[in-house]
Amino acid sequence: MADEVVLLDLYVSMYGMRVRLALAEKGVKYEYKEEDLRTKSQLLLQMNPVHKKIPVLIHNGKPICESLIIVQYIDEVWKDKAPLLPSDPYQRAQARFWADFIDKKLYDAGKKICTTKGEEQEAGKKEFIEILKVLEGELGDKPYFMGERFGFLDIALITFYSWFHAYETLGNFSIEAECPKLISWAKRCMQKESVSKSLADPKKVYEFLVVMYGL
Amino acid sequence: MGEEVKLFAVWGSPFSRRVEMALKLKGVEYEYIEVDLQNKSDLLLKYNPVHKKIPVLVHNGKPIAESVVILEYIDETWKGFPLLPKDPYQRAMARFWAKFIEEKCMPALFKCAGTEDREKAVEEACELLKLLENELEDKKFFGGENIGFVDIVADFIGGYWLRDIQEIVGVKILTRENLPKLCEWSDEFVNHVVIKENLPPRDKLIAYFRTRFGPKP
Repeated sequence: MADEVVLLDLYVSMYGMRVRLALAEKGVKYEYKEEDLRTKSQLLLQMNPVHKKIPVLIHNGKPICESLIIVQYIDEVWKDKAPLLPSDPYQRAQARFWADFIDKKLYDAGKKICTTKGEEQEAGKKEFIEILKVLEGELGDKPYFMGERFGFLDIALITFYSWFHAYETLGNFSIEAECPKLISWAKRCMQKESVSKSLADPKKVYEFLVVMYGL
Repeated sequence: MGEEVKLFAVWGSPFSRRVEMALKLKGVEYEYIEVDLQNKSDLLLKYNPVHKKIPVLVHNGKPIAESVVILEYIDETWKGFPLLPKDPYQRAMARFWAKFIEEKCMPALFKCAGTEDREKAVEEACELLKLLENELEDKKFFGGENIGFVDIVADFIGGYWLRDIQEIVGVKILTRENLPKLCEWSDEFVNHVVIKENLPPRDKLIAYFRTRFGPKP
């Protein structure tokens, strides 16, 4: 029986991009449905009644929500190709720990940069860079976060790279100047076809934020 | 090779108790290390430099932090008494509800113990717990016939923490009128043969809550 895979998403969402990236890594064919967050579709409300958010993966009619949970699901179902999580339990725990760290900290710090000015914005920028520096420390000299192979933790973070241009423009600062190793890692990831085709155009992200926040 | 398992914990914390429940259910021996949160040891700060919190599990010298991450690690390392189901879709559902409890229910419940806008906080908490109750349906536990991942993550709700806080603070959240099925589940939870030996001493917990949340003289 053929698999039916549908993704409810938003082009600029770094969370949605994680799912697109995981599907691309695994070579899974799917139907993409762009949502308008101001008028959410009946399908979205039905498939994610608890949070009413994207991304939602619908696999043979059954919905899975929350981007990192979806990525793990994809890894477990399409397990014969491109493993995303390492096989060692300790390495897996580290990947989950750092992905959780990114989810707890990065978006809110970035939002402060976009939506505030003056001292508050400076505080947001400082916080944002501090978080990236911790991640840069975790990366060390490895090509990817878990070692030689691109995987789960790279997926969790690389999608934020498409928002860096917007953060830099709105915050008037250079992320590369502060975190050169991290940018080097990001550019390495972007050389992968799955990454470059799954990430949104940074200019479109910027335009979206200007409209959303009325800047 | 001998297994060396250490757990940095706090006696009253639902977060570290989750880890203890998982270890006990799987029959894993461990060394318990009580942490003084007012005076964190160098060892804790070395094992969890990012968050500086408990619980931290140290397995053969390697630390793992964040209780839900630790639970998955325990489930993958010690195969007896599986906590997560085998089926990928069921696993995704379990992870979803664990996240819902952690990121939505827990903060909402803590807000109810605060003094700001308590009525609104209680209303919100009840709505969230209703969603959780709907997920339970007619199952004995979230894990089905036996305790699983979601039950353990919901320990604050199922154990005595919520019941005692709500009585001391004087709010009604988890009641038989509001949430009959969830109440029934919480009775099963506290009476489970392994869980009941692994809850914090109730009188000590109540005394702590009275100091922290009780009416001020």
